[in-house]
Amino acid sequence: MYFYLTALLLGLSFGCLAFGIYISMKIFNIPDITTDGSYTLGGAVTGVMLIHDQPTYIILPSVIAAGAVAGALTGIIHTKLKINALLAGILVMTALYSVNLAVMGRSNLPLINLPTLFSLISFSSNTDINAFWILSAFVVIIIAIIGYLLKTDLGLAMRATGNSESMVRALGVDTDRMKILGLAIANALTALSGYQITQYQGFADISMGIGVVITGLGSVIIAETVINWLHITFVWASLALVLGGAVIFQLVLALTLSLGVDANYLKAATAIFVLLIVGLPRLTRRAA
Amino acid sequence: MIRLTDISKTFNKGQPNEVMAIDALDLTIAAGEYLVIVGSNGSGKSTLLNLVAGSILPTSGTINFDGEDVTRLPDHRRSKWIARVFQNPLSGTAPDLSIIDNFRLAALRTGHKGLRIGVNDVFKARVREKIATLNMGLEIKTGQLMGSLSGGQRQALTLLMSVMDDCNILLLDEPSAALDPRSADIVMRTADSLIKQFNLTAMLVTHNLKDAYTYGNRIIQMSEGKVLHDLSAEQKAGLMQNDLFGWFS
Ligand SMILES: Nc1ncnc2c1ncn2[C@@H]1O[C@H](COP(=O)(O)OP(=O)(O)O)[C@@H](O)[C@H]1O
Ligand SMILES: [Mg+2]
Repeated sequence: MYFYLTALLLGLSFGCLAFGIYISMKIFNIPDITTDGSYTLGGAVTGVMLIHDQPTYIILPSVIAAGAVAGALTGIIHTKLKINALLAGILVMTALYSVNLAVMGRSNLPLINLPTLFSLISFSSNTDINAFWILSAFVVIIIAIIGYLLKTDLGLAMRATGNSESMVRALGVDTDRMKILGLAIANALTALSGYQITQYQGFADISMGIGVVITGLGSVIIAETVINWLHITFVWASLALVLGGAVIFQLVLALTLSLGVDANYLKAATAIFVLLIVGLPRLTRRAA
Repeated sequence: MIRLTDISKTFNKGQPNEVMAIDALDLTIAAGEYLVIVGSNGSGKSTLLNLVAGSILPTSGTINFDGEDVTRLPDHRRSKWIARVFQNPLSGTAPDLSIIDNFRLAALRTGHKGLRIGVNDVFKARVREKIATLNMGLEIKTGQLMGSLSGGQRQALTLLMSVMDDCNILLLDEPSAALDPRSADIVMRTADSLIKQFNLTAMLVTHNLKDAYTYGNRIIQMSEGKVLHDLSAEQKAGLMQNDLFGWFS
């Protein structure tokens, strides 16, 4: 049981990352893999600032700003230098490895006995239940903000950019600016997951982000399957499903582990799981 | 008024596949003029419209709107004058956005897209009223995704979207080429009535000689990036449909 509670908490923490991938991949139609770097960046900034006794109201905006700058860089390289989005993401992600090391000063930052997001408010004496409420509140606020943003005039321009570029340009939208803004938002969200996970697990690590983009992709693909299946067009409902996808993804991983799969093979298991959810619908469609 | 002075456009300059799509072209289109452009494939018609819209920039020459030099302005900064309808109905609308959201963006073509929710009841009512004029029954479907409509429906809506905000110039590049005859007819007639109603300056590229004959008050034929024939309103009025066929023989 405890096993699944942990998975649920991880799923909630990875919600922001999944929203980030949803925005870059589904809304902007850009394959962005800055993720691995910006997630670790969020963790690194959080770790260092916690160690230097910074309060949450300083750490949180710093994490968001750091992630946004990383994403904007990828966006600028992609749109202004006309470099393939994947390559732009790889470039920034690679550079971020050094940045993250420089921020952290070493490859691992333990955060023992420091006040964190989870000691900020106490809903329950059980730390896991308490974490559940705090993470839930956090993610609900984020869904409300992104959901609102995507319904505004600016949000419509953003959604149309990934949908029909010729149209939005003809309607006076600078699509380069939109893409840069979109990648900045996506990576700010990704950094927020780094912020949450670092505090949840009690340390920041230089390699915490390796392959994390797959977690986001898997969550979004699970959600997308349901969105297409139920023909959902409401932004808020879609975001809630993406969060659901992130939770299901972690639950399936927990299940895999509980079946006795060696934790060292977890990344391979993750990749195979994502391959399955991407591949199965296609295989069954071909068979039909 | 649109004035193109000594405009040339060369694609892939200096490479083996170099093409001179527009060749030292001079063209002035008066305010309120409805110019029809015909010409064989590859004669440079779409390139000409793209140059006016700013989606591509000329290799040389200048472009003026109402005396203002816009030669170097990219397309998204010319949208305060220009609305466009593309040949491909998919290009003029966003399929994954609802009809009403598409109209909202169109209503802000010349304006700022900011952090407020602009799709409210007043706006919806205004759009429904506009759409009802098409007599296509779409006014009750404004919440549907644009992608669920047929090409003809989307093209007709794109036309309406172009007059949701101030618009002086309407560019139509084979707007009905991808449509069945009935939808094509609705689209052409809608365009004609909007151009008259809003006194727009319009450029229509068409391969349909019947449309070329029926619509517009000036007609040019393009060939290899140049203007081959240019008939004014009076000359066009005296034109017989068969004369047009003669241009292509
Ligand atoms: N983006 C482009 N890159 C290279 N060549 C192009 C491009 N656009 C048009 N051309 C070429 O320019 C010429 C004129 O094309 P276009 O304006 O599309 O003709 P039309 O619309 O009259 O059929 C053609 O030879 C075409 O191949
Ligand atoms: Mg053409």
